[in-house]
Amino acid sequence: MKILRQKHFEKTSDTNKGHRGEIFSLVGPLFLWMLLFLALPLVYVIIISFLEKGIYGGVQMIFTLENYTALWNPTYGKVIWRSIVLAFWTSLICLLISYPFAFILSKFSKKYQGFCILLIMLPFWINQLIRLNGWSNILRDSGTINTILLKLGIISEPITMMYTDGATLFGMVYALLPFMVLPLNNSISKLDYSLIEAAHDLGASRISTFFRIILPLTLPGIFAGTIQVFIPSLDAFYIADVMGGGNSTLLGNLIKDQFMAARNWPSGAAFSVILILFTLIVLKCYTKVGNLEDLA
Amino acid sequence: MIKTDREPIVRLSGVTKDFGKSEVLKHIDLDVYEGEFLTLLGPSGCGKTTTLRIIAGFETPSRGCVYLEQADVTALAPYKRNVNTVFQSYALFPHMNVFDNVAFGLVEKKVPKPEIKERVEKMLDLVQLKNFGKRKPHQMSGGQRQRVAIARALVNNPKVLLLDEPLGALDLKLRKQMQMELKHLQKQLGITFVYVTHDQEEALTMSDRIAVMNNGVIEQIGTAQEIYERPKTKFVASFIGESNIIEASVTGFDGGLIELTAENGVVHGRGSGFVQDEMIYISIRPENTRYSFEPVENFRLRGIVKEHIYVGSIIKTVVALPNGQRLRLNQHPHSELPAIGSAVTVYWDMDKAVIMHTAEDTLYDLIEDALLNRPDLAVKQGRRAEGGKSF
Ligand SMILES: Nc1ncnc2c1ncn2[C@@H]1O[C@H](COP(=O)(O)OP(=O)(O)O)[C@@H](O)[C@H]1O
Ligand SMILES: [Mg+2]
Repeated sequence: MKILRQKHFEKTSDTNKGHRGEIFSLVGPLFLWMLLFLALPLVYVIIISFLEKGIYGGVQMIFTLENYTALWNPTYGKVIWRSIVLAFWTSLICLLISYPFAFILSKFSKKYQGFCILLIMLPFWINQLIRLNGWSNILRDSGTINTILLKLGIISEPITMMYTDGATLFGMVYALLPFMVLPLNNSISKLDYSLIEAAHDLGASRISTFFRIILPLTLPGIFAGTIQVFIPSLDAFYIADVMGGGNSTLLGNLIKDQFMAARNWPSGAAFSVILILFTLIVLKCYTKVGNLEDLA
Repeated sequence: MIKTDREPIVRLSGVTKDFGKSEVLKHIDLDVYEGEFLTLLGPSGCGKTTTLRIIAGFETPSRGCVYLEQADVTALAPYKRNVNTVFQSYALFPHMNVFDNVAFGLVEKKVPKPEIKERVEKMLDLVQLKNFGKRKPHQMSGGQRQRVAIARALVNNPKVLLLDEPLGALDLKLRKQMQMELKHLQKQLGITFVYVTHDQEEALTMSDRIAVMNNGVIEQIGTAQEIYERPKTKFVASFIGESNIIEASVTGFDGGLIELTAENGVVHGRGSGFVQDEMIYISIRPENTRYSFEPVENFRLRGIVKEHIYVGSIIKTVVALPNGQRLRLNQHPHSELPAIGSAVTVYWDMDKAVIMHTAEDTLYDLIEDALLNRPDLAVKQGRRAEGGKSF
């Protein structure tokens, strides 16, 4: 998982192409690094996904396509679909929260902007699992919110918030929000304010200016942010584990379970390959749109 | 010429603008008439852009009113005003091609598609960008982008076009060429231009009228000729063209002449509205300043010839007065030059010299500060204004 995450960072930051000479001088160590930590594990995963499962875990060196054909199963299909839907909602909610926030932020002075971004980043230096468990303590049936509401007599039965799809969604949004705010802020703060004035000058109302000028010009940030939220939310099994309990199995959980619980490495590897392929497709779409952005 | 009996198309009435504590515009009154090319001229930071932005509606005045075609638009949003702006940075939309940039305003107004196509193409033709519709702004040169910015504004048939140093980013040759083109375009279309520049030469060549600004105040409005030949303040005299400015006091009235005593001698001048002992400035252009080895009637101003500077079409002779002040005299390149070190009398045609009150700048401030009930400032400036108390 870690490797995969790393990979998509590489990809997205690649859009800022530097000078060729600089790249060549960096390419040696980078190449070695990529080979060791990216290419080799990837090849390893791909190979395993075509082998038979060993009797007590591990693998047998026998070629098979069974790991992939086994994926052609309605139960798995449902999980994958659920993951995609959840990733979609996570991205959308993150976007709807972050866009106005980033926009307001961009109006502040540079110094204040940096401070606000620091405030956003601050919680993320604490381990994510600890923070998610914190939320669990606040939201569960005997948690802070329910206790207070019960004591005040506003409710008579605790409201079930934890271990629902809603809780998983909340956890996802909470965990991934900064990955949306940062690229959006980057894109919006680069927006030349005189373009907005020019649009007003030419008779465009605020709404029209938003759709014809601001939105198209911040599209790169929207895409970058969406990618950076969408892909991690596909495989963030720990969030589904902590917030959703056993109730919300996602693609990430499935992979984890294949490796850990079922000790079926080849099957887990096949899932991972599918997830990687899916990620690549999304990224490909992104660069397509990104390129179109440059052309359009 | 401009008919002043008509109602102005743009009127700023007592417009003041504060940014925090600093007062950037101080009681601006300005009338612009239909079809005229009016230039706001002044040094960087004097408030030209702010004035233009107030007309466009990007800034609201702290006090005072803005009228467009007699209607009070002080509180009207920019997109509801029938004026268009050519921005200093052009502000072309980078994600749109040239055609879409120019069509932007028409699309907003929901003009039918075929008409948009026709008008945009006609406008691109007019600014000599006929086959550039498909290009993106970043694929064009500075001069071409400039034309797109102008076309994008003009295609809307605005009543008034506001231009903020539109040629500032172009090199000298292109700038000269664009000055001519803009001027022709303005005459051809008959659209009112309010044009901002800090380049006095640009202002003199293009404008019907010039408003010279300094420190948030319009110091003088008039035609290029009026501003050049009859500057009303020391600032105007020194900012537009070159001037020799001599400080003197009124020491007597002698028939039609005023006796003016400077630190270095006594000269005479013509003018009215001056009082005994008033401090004044005499402003005289180098091309109107002469020298003589013989005494000159009414001029007892002696100096030493210091140097001759050859600048192509003319030679500038520098004469130093006893107090060290240097006066410049323009000479024909082939005329006989006085020897360096020789003593000469400096004189001029009295009708070409301008005599200005010194207190005029501060008097307005004084009145305003008193009106604003800021006695602290009034007292501070009171001393400066004392010289002008007598009139
Ligand atoms: N938004 C603003 N906030 C604070 N000060 C401003 C702002 N805009 C302009 N100023 C100040 O107002 C003065 C006049 O600015 P401006 O109108 O841009 O001058 P000009 O266009 O003549 O160079 C300057 O001192 C400038 O620093
Ligand atoms: Mg300016």
